[in-house]
Amino acid sequence: MYFQPEIETMPRAELQALQLERLRESLRNAYENVPLYRERFDAAGVTPDDLESLEDLTRFPFVVKQDMRDNYPFGMFARENADVARIHASSGTTGQATVVGHTAADLENWGDCFARGIAMVGGSRESTIQVSYGYGLFTGGLGAHAGGEAMGCTVIPTSSGNTKRQVQMLKDCKTDILCCTPSYALLIADTAIEMGYDPATEFQISGGIFGAEPCSENMRQEIADKLGLQYCDVYGLSEIMGPGVAMECAERGGLHIAEDQFYCEIIDPDTLEVLPDGEVGELVITTLTRECSPMIRYRTRDVTSISAEPCACGRTHRKIGRILGRTDDMLIIRGVNVFPSQIEQVITEFPEVATQYQIVLTSRGPLDHVELQVETEPDFPIDEVRALEDLRGRLGAALKGNLQVAVDIKFVEPKTIARSEGKAKRVIDLRGETH
Amino acid sequence: MISQLTVFLANEKGRLAAACRTLADADINLAALFIADTADFGIVRIFCDRPNRAAAVLAEAGFRASITPVIAVSVADEPGALARLLGFCHEASMNVEYGYCFSVAGGTAVDVLKIEGEGAEEALAAAGFKILAPEEVYVVDED
Repeated sequence: MYFQPEIETMPRAELQALQLERLRESLRNAYENVPLYRERFDAAGVTPDDLESLEDLTRFPFVVKQDMRDNYPFGMFARENADVARIHASSGTTGQATVVGHTAADLENWGDCFARGIAMVGGSRESTIQVSYGYGLFTGGLGAHAGGEAMGCTVIPTSSGNTKRQVQMLKDCKTDILCCTPSYALLIADTAIEMGYDPATEFQISGGIFGAEPCSENMRQEIADKLGLQYCDVYGLSEIMGPGVAMECAERGGLHIAEDQFYCEIIDPDTLEVLPDGEVGELVITTLTRECSPMIRYRTRDVTSISAEPCACGRTHRKIGRILGRTDDMLIIRGVNVFPSQIEQVITEFPEVATQYQIVLTSRGPLDHVELQVETEPDFPIDEVRALEDLRGRLGAALKGNLQVAVDIKFVEPKTIARSEGKAKRVIDLRGETH
Repeated sequence: MISQLTVFLANEKGRLAAACRTLADADINLAALFIADTADFGIVRIFCDRPNRAAAVLAEAGFRASITPVIAVSVADEPGALARLLGFCHEASMNVEYGYCFSVAGGTAVDVLKIEGEGAEEALAAAGFKILAPEEVYVVDED
């Protein structure tokens, strides 16, 4: 089922022609209305008229989050205040907040993008959609809300919090589709079970659109099983729009980029060269229709790959894979790219091991040495040295198989690894200090 | 079966001292202590009074501690007593995972064995070995 079949299944050649036309328009909008782009394009010796093919985009400079901070709040707006319908802002946890403006047309396109994901989980105007993302400056709540309205669904704007009431609404209002972060979906599921329900069989819910934070394969499976639903992974970022930039269809092979709205490239974060489809690198996004906040070659710092393989669902838009991590988190160990999320994924497959962990990197001569510190679960038979050695062997083999790097496992006492409510310090890199 | 206190410790300076200090502060008396050590960690096996309370006190202080059921056999404190016991275990195809011994007053010794599988205690008793009950070796706590 599609929301906009003529766009979502548009033949590739036609889609690329549409992208080229819109890309030229977007470059023009940026160049003519945002001083930063004009300066950067001029410095690089390019104008929007130089774009003759999609590949010509590589001649244009990148923008990064810092550019938005430097131009806080409205320096990168391409529209006057009268035309700005709404403002969203990033949390600013790591510095100055970034502000993004949306015109009425921008908001309409956003709703359409998200509504395509609602169709991917089988939703229609008959569906009831419960939005348990926070509403506010954060794009999750209002983005999902706009998608539900675009589709013509019954929208329940519960926002986040008051989890028991969330469960009550799910049950009493016969919610079909839930939208929230994966961790909140799991909390809602567990709360429902604690309240004595089996949401998988007793609730009507059949689809879930979850995003805005990383989620391991196991956690995803747990959410799908506990709530009994089709899981749709949604990608988006406030700098570009919000949730709906890419969404996962029932084939589960990746997330279809809304390619009529966004042009995506994968680059090597070190050389900044564009990589071919299938290769892993940093995702770079150019907006094609955004009026107020056009983004030209925005470096997302998210690491993934693009697949151009035809999808059985019939959509022609290329797909991005699961986000593997952030370029900031990427470790290069013995020349191999490793993300803490990969290690976490392996750990979650071992119920004997607690999910807290710490990676300590040191140098042993010319080689990098990786030590993974983990704790066993409280009920693990610590009296048996053999059982511990066996667990160490199995965990080590699984990590080697997954990362292609040998990892020394060290079992540590409880609470050796600091617990954190927010972002835990998972990696301690001592390589510079141990030469 | 009697309860042995088992503690998982990082193989680092001061950890054993910290664990023993925690037990001392809770007024726990140790009869015997043995360490199985590896490069990274040590498994400390302790024979003490009120083992359940000892494990709870350690866990509360952040240690990983648990109770392990083991067999305690009272033997004569003389040459050959342990050899006879282990000889019987071997003949009966019992797999001894680990063991340790200590002498007590009155010319007897206690041989502590962790034997894989079920039924070892009954087999030893049937063969005439004197199996010790918890109250014979330490103060039993309620929980």
